[in-house]
Amino acid sequence: MIEVSNVSHRFGERVVLKDIDLTITERRVAIIGSNGSGKSTFVRLLNGLLLPERGSVRVAGLDTRKDAKAVRRKVGFVFQDPDSQIVMPLVEEDIAFGLKNLRLDRQRIARKVDAVLGRYGLEPLRHQATHTLSGGEKQLLALSSVLVLEPEIIVFDEPTTLLDLRNKRRILTILDELPQTAIVVSHDLDMLDGFERVLVFDDGRVVMDGPPTAAIPHYLGLMA
Amino acid sequence: MTLGLYVHRETPIHRVPAAVKVLTLVAAGVGVFLVPNPLWLVPALAAVVGLMVLARVPLGETLRQLRPVAVLIVVIFLVHGWFTSWTLGFLVVLRFAVLLLLALLVTFTTRISEMIEVLERGFRPLAVFGVNPEKLSLMLSLTLRFIPLLFEKFQEIREAQRARGLDRNILALLMPLLIKTLKMAGDLTDAIDARGYDPDRKPTDR
Amino acid sequence: MNTRDMVYVALFAAVVAVLGLFPPIVLPVVAVPITAQSLGVMVAGSVLGARRGGLAILLFLILVAVGVPILAGGRGGFGVLLGPGGGFLLSWPIAAFLIGLMVERNWRRLNIVVAFLINVIGGILFVYACGVPWVAVFAEIGLGKALIGSLGFIPGDLVKAAIAALVAVTLKRAYPIIEVRQSPAAE
Repeated sequence: MIEVSNVSHRFGERVVLKDIDLTITERRVAIIGSNGSGKSTFVRLLNGLLLPERGSVRVAGLDTRKDAKAVRRKVGFVFQDPDSQIVMPLVEEDIAFGLKNLRLDRQRIARKVDAVLGRYGLEPLRHQATHTLSGGEKQLLALSSVLVLEPEIIVFDEPTTLLDLRNKRRILTILDELPQTAIVVSHDLDMLDGFERVLVFDDGRVVMDGPPTAAIPHYLGLMA
Repeated sequence: MTLGLYVHRETPIHRVPAAVKVLTLVAAGVGVFLVPNPLWLVPALAAVVGLMVLARVPLGETLRQLRPVAVLIVVIFLVHGWFTSWTLGFLVVLRFAVLLLLALLVTFTTRISEMIEVLERGFRPLAVFGVNPEKLSLMLSLTLRFIPLLFEKFQEIREAQRARGLDRNILALLMPLLIKTLKMAGDLTDAIDARGYDPDRKPTDR
Repeated sequence: MNTRDMVYVALFAAVVAVLGLFPPIVLPVVAVPITAQSLGVMVAGSVLGARRGGLAILLFLILVAVGVPILAGGRGGFGVLLGPGGGFLLSWPIAAFLIGLMVERNWRRLNIVVAFLINVIGGILFVYACGVPWVAVFAEIGLGKALIGSLGFIPGDLVKAAIAALVAVTLKRAYPIIEVRQSPAAE
């Protein structure tokens, strides 16, 4: 469960979020809104990458301000551009990066890396340099590097924007099968079918909160 | 590691631990200045060349690496010949030859990852002075990861500037590259933090 | 150093490596090929400040030393540090640190002229003060001859100092990295 209470946030003079107050318990939540509507800022509050200027964010009862480390273990984050998210020169090193931060011992790290490489078909690429991967493979690696940490909640910031149709489908299939809670920022209205709840952001506020059938027409109305 | 001059071969030289090679190089660096008679450097040079043959280092790459410095060394030799003495010139050239070839031998026969491990071990005592070897190792990995990516970005910028006739203008290439780099730095910082990296943790913490 | 500082250091080391891949430009008058790599040293100090700028160049040199062929012309390995030009290369991290220090101290009044002078002092005078005696000692030629042999690179270096100064003042306005660190409230 994520509780966002009376959150406001500014960057310098610009107010980017105004009085956001909501609780997320659903397994599939989508966030849509125009560029600059505050949705990227909002999701960065959920794992403590940003701390709210006013109000509080709690994940499973933990305050992002006080328990930043514990919150980051619970909330994984997949960014839009895998190129600025892959941090290591080799595929297997990149998957191991987060595990090393957890200070697991070598054998456990190796086991978990093996399991994830196998599950998502990256095994043949294990020793490959990350910069030689295709766009789809990079996004798959970025996703695997987060999933290997077994977070309870995963935030996706426009995970399919830079992908072609085939790779987009592959990522969506993986997302579909995830047992975890997924919070997905997207411009891609086609992918919202299976979602239980959609938040529509506009000018720093949540202007619509409901099932896709209600939220999508509202969003299209805003864009018109 | 795909970047690097290492060439894999099954030879005894390749199996020598990286730390031993680095220490030998340091010792040689001091040694070549201590020999009283330049003639002693002749068998030393022969020995290094022998080791290079034994390690089957690639000849073409060896020449390519030596070419820029060779020009300089020839100039130094001639300067000595004309102004001081040919013997001194000979000594200086021999010194450089022994050192440069030995260094190349180490570079060709040692993996970069092994080299970095040796350096990390070497830096560990510096932790007393607040140098954190784990941070150094993360930064080294990040740089190796981002050299090819920034090179790609650089090529894209060059293509774009070529259309405007600016592809030889270093400022028109450098500014966009730096802006891209700084933008990327923000995202990359978030990505590293999001995967639980804690820069304040002491190296010994569990 | 926080994560962001480490990222800046690592990325700038990569930028310096990329600059080495830029084909050398031959200046028309003196016919000496100049590479863009030492420009990277000036830029790292000017943009990142003393500590991060110096570290970025140190990181670059460590990678060169362990055998990554990123020194201009695709060279790498300990040999390049042990050769006649080793003094110039080894002075680079300190040069970047000095440039950064001077930029930090003069941050508020930093303009193109001040930035140019800083880069001349740290990126040319200091580098030659280290590099020339090194050549003289290791090649056992006199200081005078070593200096004369190096003079051909000065015009190119002055051009680089001017470019670095331009970059420094432009980025001071667009991405003021140094000031962010000086006012902790902004972090």
